[in-house]
Amino acid sequence: MNRTGLWIRTGVIIAITLIGVYLVFGPRRMPTSADFTWEGIKANLAENINLGLDLKGGSHLVMRVKLDDYLKTMTENNAQASLSAIGDHTDPKLTVANSSIVAENGNYSFSVTLADGTNLDTVAEAVKKKVDLQNWNETRSGSTITWTLGAAAQNVLKVDAVSQAKKIIESRINTYGVKEPTLQNQGSPTSGQILLQMPGVDDPERVKALIGAESNLALMKIVSAPNPSPVTTYPTIDAAKASLGGTVPANRKILPYAERDEPTAAGRTPDQKAPTSYVVVEYPAVVDGSELRNAEAVSRTGAQGDYQITFQFKPAGAQKFGEWTGKNINNYMAVVLNDEVKSAAFIKSQIFDSGEISGKFTKESAEDLALTLKSGALPAKIIYQEERTVGPSLGADSIRSGVEASLGGLALVIVFMLFYYRGSGVNAVVALVLNMLLTVAALVLIRSTLTLPGIAGLILGIGMAVDSNVLIFERIREELKAGFDIPTSIDLGFDRAFVTIIDTHITTIISSVILYMAGGAGPIRGFAVTLILGLLINLFTAVFVSRTIFNWELSLRPKMDRLSI
Amino acid sequence: MLNPFDNIRFDWLRRRRIFIGISIAIMVAGLISAVGRELVPGGTDSFNMGVDFKGGTIVTAKFRNRPSDDEIRDALNNAGVADPVIQSSTNKPDEVLIKIPLLEGETAGGAAGEQDHTLQVQAGREEVKSALDTFGKAAEGDATLDSAPDAAYKIIGTDSVGAIAGSQLRNQAVIATLLGLVGILVFIAFRYDWTYAAGAVIAVFHDVIMVLSFFSIFQWEVNLTVIAAVLTIVGFSVNDSIVIFDRVRENVPLRRTDSLFEITNDSINQTLSRTVITAGLVILSVLALVLFGGEVLRSFSLALLVGLTLGCYSTIAIASPIAIWWQSKLGDSKIKDVLAPAAKGEKLASSSRRSVTRRPVTR
Repeated sequence: MNRTGLWIRTGVIIAITLIGVYLVFGPRRMPTSADFTWEGIKANLAENINLGLDLKGGSHLVMRVKLDDYLKTMTENNAQASLSAIGDHTDPKLTVANSSIVAENGNYSFSVTLADGTNLDTVAEAVKKKVDLQNWNETRSGSTITWTLGAAAQNVLKVDAVSQAKKIIESRINTYGVKEPTLQNQGSPTSGQILLQMPGVDDPERVKALIGAESNLALMKIVSAPNPSPVTTYPTIDAAKASLGGTVPANRKILPYAERDEPTAAGRTPDQKAPTSYVVVEYPAVVDGSELRNAEAVSRTGAQGDYQITFQFKPAGAQKFGEWTGKNINNYMAVVLNDEVKSAAFIKSQIFDSGEISGKFTKESAEDLALTLKSGALPAKIIYQEERTVGPSLGADSIRSGVEASLGGLALVIVFMLFYYRGSGVNAVVALVLNMLLTVAALVLIRSTLTLPGIAGLILGIGMAVDSNVLIFERIREELKAGFDIPTSIDLGFDRAFVTIIDTHITTIISSVILYMAGGAGPIRGFAVTLILGLLINLFTAVFVSRTIFNWELSLRPKMDRLSI
Repeated sequence: MLNPFDNIRFDWLRRRRIFIGISIAIMVAGLISAVGRELVPGGTDSFNMGVDFKGGTIVTAKFRNRPSDDEIRDALNNAGVADPVIQSSTNKPDEVLIKIPLLEGETAGGAAGEQDHTLQVQAGREEVKSALDTFGKAAEGDATLDSAPDAAYKIIGTDSVGAIAGSQLRNQAVIATLLGLVGILVFIAFRYDWTYAAGAVIAVFHDVIMVLSFFSIFQWEVNLTVIAAVLTIVGFSVNDSIVIFDRVRENVPLRRTDSLFEITNDSINQTLSRTVITAGLVILSVLALVLFGGEVLRSFSLALLVGLTLGCYSTIAIASPIAIWWQSKLGDSKIKDVLAPAAKGEKLASSSRRSVTRRPVTR
């Protein structure tokens, strides 16, 4: 190879190395002289490499799902749904004379008393068809039917609610970008406690708000004269009630309508203005948040405070929504979030699968709201019980000994390569060190969080880098022994070993990509990412860099009669 | 030039039955261990699952003079609590979180009733307490460290914790690995042949099952880090198989008269220097981790040590014999078609050009 080519290759290597060094050890701002001191480099290194919970620690949060609230809401909703199911019948015998709800001290039940006790079967049938009362016991006395939630059924529902909450919390923090958190049940299965440990995040309060955010979305029909008359609103709750004849029937709800509200992830801001008006909506909702497929924060102009959320429904929800909007053109619909009407608009035409929550959101609040909508609504409110910052879960002392042992192992490899391959061993060591530097630089570049599984990927990557060098050198030795001259042996050695290296690397990269795609957000993904990066970089360092060094040797000493290998 | 691997002519494949016999013996031992432990009433479980997988008790202790993590871990080990997770509380430096796995013979938190739950938490608390008593007296009941001047520590919280890695993560790991192996299978089949693909992938299964056998027989703790170790083992094992297959692929067109049996044997010998150096370096590094890497990483490093050693062994003992055996079933002509790309001009040209000079190397 001619000198110019060699200089170009060398230039490329030096440029990439410098970029790598800067990514790993340099600051993410204009460098100052402090960045060149030992302390400055250490600080930058710690800043650049994000270590996971197992290696560095993070926050330790114990939270409790308010399971009593969950069962209470469930009882109330079932009672309301049952009344509305009975109300759908026009038979005068099915008039509800009285209804009551018990939801405290571990007792959850609701009962319906009818004007006429002869048709209880029809009533029970009608309710069962509309309301899922699988866990509820039905008892009758006189003209009253009571549905009660037994203790065992309560426990089943509580355990379900906790695992549901865990899933939602996990999806929220994963979507936010927290790497490899751990979630565990704490305490007895029905205590509703969840222990979350997550690596350090920039804005813990925002994450906490995000985890606990309520996000109950519902699209409801507003009781109002259709367009073109404006939507009917009432200045007070009492006025709204008066329009319904003094009492709110089971199939109606009065909701506040706050037009200029800017909710945060938690759903409220401290300086929220009092709702200015109220609207009456039909209950139950046309579709609710459980039917959402996707939600996104979008902005028309990109200006702060100009964001809104668009959402799409799952097929079943879209079907329901499409049918309903088709029948209700020019009627008013309310987008209800956490029992507050966010917007009221008339239906222009049939809409199937998407909608939007308009309002003046900031970028952050719109993104957080979209995220919580997408993850689904929590079964009940979450309260934080304990909060502390914790050290690494693998233990600081064991990490230290692990690092020392690994460095020892690495030193062993380097010493052996230099001893066994002599001059060529230098090539291998340069390639190896460069491989590690660039792999870490790549991890910094993609803002990956390094955890133990990631380090395992790094170890395998380094192992394969050593293997690549050994393959090449052993091959060169073989060619030399077969009687070829030095340049030919180097050529043949690299060419033949390259086939092997490509095959082993591509195989492992293929399986790592599959691991990455199928492995979820957890430790498996961390392993796959570092391994893929390590192998791609190794193709550069073990083949390109090492070869360039050999070529320099040949070029500088053309009459070389012995290769130090 | 150092070269201790010249002219090694070891007949590996003749000993394949011995190798396979050893492998089967260990796997049977692992199976007996796994099944036997389940069947023996009151015995241990098939695998010694750590707190990551089966949950346990979390104890928060506040110390007057906080011992180091290592000292606490030693105290717990001496009291018979295996594999505790010790986590410091960085904003309250005198407090420490200690997680210990469920005690033997108890049921996991999930479906257990309220009473079991309380018993389990109490048993865990007593275990930790007896261990921590080596540091001095505990402040009992309402006494705090301030009001009881002779107390060295106080347990300020005890609760049960569920598993971090539920069945979901475990299943996800298994499924992802299996899918990854399918990818490997297809790629090797594309680059080499189905017989080689099958050999390599069966060797990977062999390695993983052997590692699990070791974990069951010796009751090493299975925790989250073991998943990472197993993924590493899979990668290394495949890497090792491909290196030797690559040499076989290269040798086949050069030695048309020799049997595949001989060619494979010689290919193993030709690449032996590489195998010994690479495996030796990697295994020595991992050995350093086993010996000096500390107790918390021991499961991880032991899994790597056993698995990486097996990764090399299985290439010779499992992958190659299986590939040859299958090819012998397919018949010789088929092999030549498959492995000698007679019509692929350039590759063969360079091979045959070199074959003349190469022969002395292989002879």
